[in-house]
Amino acid sequence: MTRHGAAGRIPRPLYVPAALGLALLLLPIVGLVARADWSRMPAAITSVEALDALGLSLRTGLAATAVCLVVGIPLALVIARSGPRVGGFLRALTTLPLVLPPMVGGIALLYLLGRNGLAGAYLDLAFGIRLPFTTTAVVIAQAFVALPFLVISLEGALRSAGTRFEAVAATLGAGRWRIFWQITLPLVAPGLVAGTVLCFARALGEFGATALFAGNAQGVTRTMPLAIYTAFNGAGVGQDSAVALSLLLVAVAIVILLLMRGWRPEVKL
Amino acid sequence: MAVTVLLSGCAAHGDENHPPSQVTVFAAASLTDVFEELSHAFTAENPGITVKTVYDGSSTLAAQLTEGASADVFASADPATMDRVVKAGLVHGTPQPFATNTLEIAVAPGNPHGVKGLNDLGDANLAVVTCAAQVPCGAASVAVLARAGVDLIPVSEEQNVKAVVTKVALGEADAGLVYTTDVRAAGGRIDGVAIDGAGSVANRYLIGRLAPATDDGTTATADAFVRFVLSAPGQTLLADAGFGAP
Repeated sequence: MTRHGAAGRIPRPLYVPAALGLALLLLPIVGLVARADWSRMPAAITSVEALDALGLSLRTGLAATAVCLVVGIPLALVIARSGPRVGGFLRALTTLPLVLPPMVGGIALLYLLGRNGLAGAYLDLAFGIRLPFTTTAVVIAQAFVALPFLVISLEGALRSAGTRFEAVAATLGAGRWRIFWQITLPLVAPGLVAGTVLCFARALGEFGATALFAGNAQGVTRTMPLAIYTAFNGAGVGQDSAVALSLLLVAVAIVILLLMRGWRPEVKL
Repeated sequence: MAVTVLLSGCAAHGDENHPPSQVTVFAAASLTDVFEELSHAFTAENPGITVKTVYDGSSTLAAQLTEGASADVFASADPATMDRVVKAGLVHGTPQPFATNTLEIAVAPGNPHGVKGLNDLGDANLAVVTCAAQVPCGAASVAVLARAGVDLIPVSEEQNVKAVVTKVALGEADAGLVYTTDVRAAGGRIDGVAIDGAGSVANRYLIGRLAPATDDGTTATADAFVRFVLSAPGQTLLADAGFGAP
């Protein structure tokens, strides 16, 4: 084999760990499907508990994603347009929740926004607002863990898009807002969509911060992951519905991935 | 003592080509503090043996066991949960009752909301946390509330009783239903309000030695640990922690 022939090819032995990696990712899902009791599936998925949990998860996930978009797009823009030192510092701060275990996030949120928390005590005294055990708490917990996914992927897209087109638009007399809406955002649309989807998926899967900060009450704070955990702790039939709910979440995830792929072909940079 | 005698025989065998014996105990969350004491007392009597304890809601532990988690002893907070592990064929012999426990209302120290009994928990302004009905403390909560005819919508249903204690101790919840022993173990972080007639729905704790697929020599140690829990010194520690006699 010539040196030229080896270009772009990977050493053959590497296929083995690659296949192992793929198996590690996919075989657990196979195990889940194998365990499913398909005859009980319709009843488990359409039970009040399951529908409450799915509805709550979708609503809170969408709300958290909306929150992330409102604060995340400007944050990504600020990081991308800052100098290397400030940008790097801000990026590190943004990544922190990403590397923290979500449980730690839940405890941190509790000590900030709980009834005796730094800000929570004040919220309770001044406005009578109590966040723990509310659906709002679920949205806050989800936004906390999901925001970095949006900011990091969007910030990457913003930096690779550069500022050339913005500079041209500015010389042609476009104002800052017009450049933002008509140049910057359309240029990074693929990155924005990918980041939004990741952000929504992460919000849907949020468990640890929600369990500690928001609690676990049906229809109020019991999202899909908490419903799965609660069902799994129950007796035999309960565990069947844990499997059914898990598969439902897998199906939702697959739909999200398909939606994301659906966007990709339009991308031309 | 019988325990020591039996174990010295086992340890002599183990000294030759085995590391010091270890026994893994899965125990209900409500047993956390007292099982730490029991383990220390047990290892003090049987040097060379390590007791590895895992605490969680009984139901979580039962689910882990039936899915193949490896443990030598299981102590559950109610017979129903133990039954799931027995039905899976994982328990050697018949599980033994070793303690009972009753529910109390956990409140912030000093009882700022003046909770006097279960009827006060129906107040919509009180944030009340209970265990989920799937776990023993939750099943007991449902029973005790039904008996009192109190309709309660908890702001959160936790997966184990220690999580209820924490939510009340942090002040996030105004009240919670926990075991009498949890109030005592919390050492002043929460106060307890007795529930009328709670004794009639007391939890019965069962302990069973698990039957491993292949005996690697730990079953004798595990049997000894179970006997220690049932022995007079073990029962004294349980009584000191506030547990009732089996």
